[in-house]
Amino acid sequence: MKKPKFKVDKHTLTPKHLKLGEKEKAQLLERYHVTSKELPKIQKTDSAIKELEAKPGDIVKIIRKSPTAGDAVFYRVVSDV
Amino acid sequence: MADIISEYEDRLPPKIIEDVRNSIAKGISETKLKKLLEATCEEYKNSRVAPGESVGLIAAESIGEPGTQMTLNTFHFAGVAEMNVTLGLPRIIEILDGRKELDNPMMEIYLKKPFATGKKIEDLRHLALQIKETKLKDIATEFTINIADLTIEVKLDKDKMKEIDLTTGKVLDAISKQLKGYNLRDNKDSIVLKARSKEDSFNDSYKTKEKIKEINVKGIKGIFQVLPVKREEEFVIITAGSNLADILQLEEVDAYRTTTNNLFEIEHVLGIEAARQAIINEILKVIESQGLNVDVRHIMLVADTMCVSGTVKGITRYGVVSEKSSVLARASFETPIKHIINAALVGEVDNLDSVVENVMINQAIPIGTGLPGLTVKAPQKAAKEK
Repeated sequence: MKKPKFKVDKHTLTPKHLKLGEKEKAQLLERYHVTSKELPKIQKTDSAIKELEAKPGDIVKIIRKSPTAGDAVFYRVVSDV
Repeated sequence: MADIISEYEDRLPPKIIEDVRNSIAKGISETKLKKLLEATCEEYKNSRVAPGESVGLIAAESIGEPGTQMTLNTFHFAGVAEMNVTLGLPRIIEILDGRKELDNPMMEIYLKKPFATGKKIEDLRHLALQIKETKLKDIATEFTINIADLTIEVKLDKDKMKEIDLTTGKVLDAISKQLKGYNLRDNKDSIVLKARSKEDSFNDSYKTKEKIKEINVKGIKGIFQVLPVKREEEFVIITAGSNLADILQLEEVDAYRTTTNNLFEIEHVLGIEAARQAIINEILKVIESQGLNVDVRHIMLVADTMCVSGTVKGITRYGVVSEKSSVLARASFETPIKHIINAALVGEVDNLDSVVENVMINQAIPIGTGLPGLTVKAPQKAAKEK
């Protein structure tokens, strides 16, 4: 079967995933007074972040389509397992 | 004017800003617009959940109460075919428990242009047959073992094969790919299998006979029923049985809209965020089909909770509850003795930070006005004088 590779992030269920830079990461933790351990997790093997090449400890910014707020921003820290 | 609105982007969600943009009168003065936006901010601030509000409890009540009115039955699929759909309370429980094996796995397969319009019904039916899994036993009329020379003969139903566009050659290919160590021979109306090794016993032949019944000769594994349905302007294929990973590889399928009701397949193929969205969609689907009404916010909270750890976890003692840090909180859910004994063995400490623990020992719970605590810095002098 010859077919362009399936892109996970184009599926209607998957929101946009972005990797945060070091500076943005520090700002985020400062803004919410949290440590990265306290954030929700995303597995490093998660198919939605395969192309971001995220390492454990990185923070992924997720822009969800929300029925109540329009766009809702969510953060997950890449976990080890 | 646009700059004034964009100044508020940090303080208001995009949807509200959009609403403001759409509803202001043309040529509104800057001061008035500022006043309006300030009022909106104030209103937005007041409508938010107060810190310390027990949102989880409210979500539980809001989903639980309409849950009492839900039906307990599974229903047949509207009209055509004998397809089962789990609805009502059993489905809600299935989703919230995060069950891996569903009672009725289903897929909704959206199609690409020439198929979706349904102009060529023949093509559509052909595609549906391509997807449906056919096992060897579905096209065979008889399986026999010849005891003398230990061969297995499979008689094929030619009419059935023609119906689903299969040839004996294709069947032979499929069998040889999935079964090692056997020589295959095409015997016109039947296939004859003979073991290559000499030491094959009757017992082995019997086992193989049972095994080849389940061999997949055509279609996608796990899909045992297909049903093309017209939905609004396009045709969609609904299946019983689910295999998202393989279906998405098909050329005719619109991979970006096709979904399944199996949350774990979604998590595996599309990631945890897609699974969260799928949980919300599935719960809403059940609630709406029952004519009930629950605010999405409650469902979003539940879905978020199930997905915090990076994988879908059910609201059971093995899932979300096992992640709690407090021993007493875990013990208060189910199997208390097990949790307390295990905690005692490893010397766990409970900091009494959360609600249930404090209810147990009759203390003010950290919710609402019980949330803020007081910290007193004892003056150094007083301590010394003692």
